[in-house]
Amino acid sequence: MTTTTLSTPTSSQTLPPRVASRAWGWARRQLFPSPLQALLSMATLILSGWFAYVALDWLVFSATFVGTSQADCTGDGACWLPITQRLGLFVYGFYPETQRWRVDIAFALAAGVFPLLYIKRIDRRWTLAYLVLLPFAMWWLLKGGPGLPDISSTRFAGILVTVFLGVVGMVFALPIGILLALGRRSKKPVIRVLSVLYIELIRSVPVITLLFMASLMIQLFLPSGWNLDILLRVLAVLVLFTAAYMAETVRGGLQGMPKGQYEAAAALGFSYWKAMGLIILPQVLRNTIPPLLTQFVGLFKETTLVMVVGVLDVVGIAMSTTSTPEWIGRENEVYLFLALFFFAICFALSRYARYLERQLEKSRQ
Amino acid sequence: MSKPTPVTADSTVVRIEHLNKWYGDYHALKDISLTVSAGERIVVCGPSGSGKSTLIRCINQLEKHQRGTIEVLGETLDDNIKRLERIRRSVGMCFQHFNLFPHLTVLENCTLPQTANLHAPQAEAIERALTLLDKVQMRDHANKYPGQLSGGQQQRIAIARALCMRPRVMLFDEPTSALDPEMIAEVLEVMVDLAQEGMTMICVTHEMGFAKKVADRVVFMDGGEVIEHAPPARFFQFPESSRTRRFLDQILDHGVSA
Ligand SMILES: Nc1ncnc2c1ncn2[C@@H]1O[C@H](COP(=O)(O)OP(=O)(O)OP(=O)(O)O)[C@@H](O)[C@H]1O
Ligand SMILES: [Mg+2]
Repeated sequence: MTTTTLSTPTSSQTLPPRVASRAWGWARRQLFPSPLQALLSMATLILSGWFAYVALDWLVFSATFVGTSQADCTGDGACWLPITQRLGLFVYGFYPETQRWRVDIAFALAAGVFPLLYIKRIDRRWTLAYLVLLPFAMWWLLKGGPGLPDISSTRFAGILVTVFLGVVGMVFALPIGILLALGRRSKKPVIRVLSVLYIELIRSVPVITLLFMASLMIQLFLPSGWNLDILLRVLAVLVLFTAAYMAETVRGGLQGMPKGQYEAAAALGFSYWKAMGLIILPQVLRNTIPPLLTQFVGLFKETTLVMVVGVLDVVGIAMSTTSTPEWIGRENEVYLFLALFFFAICFALSRYARYLERQLEKSRQ
Repeated sequence: MSKPTPVTADSTVVRIEHLNKWYGDYHALKDISLTVSAGERIVVCGPSGSGKSTLIRCINQLEKHQRGTIEVLGETLDDNIKRLERIRRSVGMCFQHFNLFPHLTVLENCTLPQTANLHAPQAEAIERALTLLDKVQMRDHANKYPGQLSGGQQQRIAIARALCMRPRVMLFDEPTSALDPEMIAEVLEVMVDLAQEGMTMICVTHEMGFAKKVADRVVFMDGGEVIEHAPPARFFQFPESSRTRRFLDQILDHGVSA
């Protein structure tokens, strides 16, 4: 540190006081304002440094990444072989190997949503069309249909299931949530009561109960001989569940709109649906993107519950891995991998929500 | 009913008869009758809470009335929402707080109502919007957002937006009372121009200079009733009611001291 706050009297009268380098100044102010605080800060720094070292050592430096079986795990650190050896299973589940390119394309299509949302120059109508077509394209690619051989749902497992449920769930939940929110504010009593009932009922039942009901009870209501794919059934539950929560967020946004916006639209002769679609909802959605994204994060994590009705998502594959004799005793690594997987995606989503929130704050100023 | 509405023989644009309106138990409008012919300029004034906004908002049914009839361009206002939407397209309105759409640019604010509600082709809508923005001297700001503009500028855009719909009558609800003094003139100027072009106008305003200059009739309201209804010359010099006199004294005094 060559910078100093001490300066000769002459220079201090003509020049502004020289500021020490920013990092050092910050450290001095925040970490070492007094001897006791300095001591505490040092202790904390040393402790977390030591902890980071131990963790990194176990995770990376002393860990085993190459090999084929438990026997290769000779180091003191983590043994990542159950992941690397079964990566195909984790990602594609039991999907036939020759058809895995279909999954790859489906993943790429799902990932394509992000650049679409980020790039502002793209016409909103294109983004909308992409989002509407995405679920159908994914279903066609993954499940099969015209031009593609059918793949049994029992072969769907792993990240494939998680991503499918997450992405398709998101695309369907928002429009249904919007309709419910509008229904709840409708002037027509029947529509209003039905919306309120639906929202409140769904919100007061744990999603796991709904999943059990979907796996068992829906069959009772369908005509005999009909069999709705189990994947679609759990998807429906996740969508209907998330939609009820989104409806409340959107309703909050609708209530927050100044009355003048509704009145100006009405005075210019906009019909209800045109006013909503062109004037009110674009503003409401822009304002509620951050909380809606938070709900998407919730939905993504809730997809893991489908395991209880026998759909093997990425957690299901992890559990089957830990119970294979070959990889027994490696639970720590497997669950850590799971945690990292979810953390990476959810963290990215919440950072994105935060970024949008800041953009909004800026545009409000 | 789908034909363009013919102006009635006596060219009445708005006919209000025995209008009564309640907010809950509160009797906000008491038996009001008022007829406005094409090209007439009416100024409505009165103390706060006297029902001026309520009256003007009944004309395009932003407020529903309970008793009496309102006829606009020969059609009686009732529960037929499709007809109401059609009538609203011929009735322009400007609000105290402008109510521009903040997520749209100035130009889009003016074109969207045309394309969405009049099915105007985009190019035609833009041309008309630019012409009217030019008229209110806001053409240079066409690509800005409302949040970037001053109150006076926003109100002039709101007037242009309403004019884009080719209204047969314009309603103004205190268009200058949310503005800083130096911006009031620029908005009044636009309104005077509009009046001189022969636009039918019903204005709630406390700008008595404006009333003297352009009004054909001044309506004074108090407590939900029309107290006085006269041409400006008579209204300002020989008000009949003591309530009118008191009101005029108050706001004219204020006008001098301000
Ligand atoms: N939505 C409403 N619900 C209940 N009462 C209302 C409502 N709107 C207006 N009122 C009441 O009706 C009366 C007339 O209101 P209005 O807004 O028409 O007055 P105004 O003459 O426009 O007053 P100002 O000059 O303050 O705008 C007031 O006493 C007001 O409190
Ligand atoms: Mg008012």
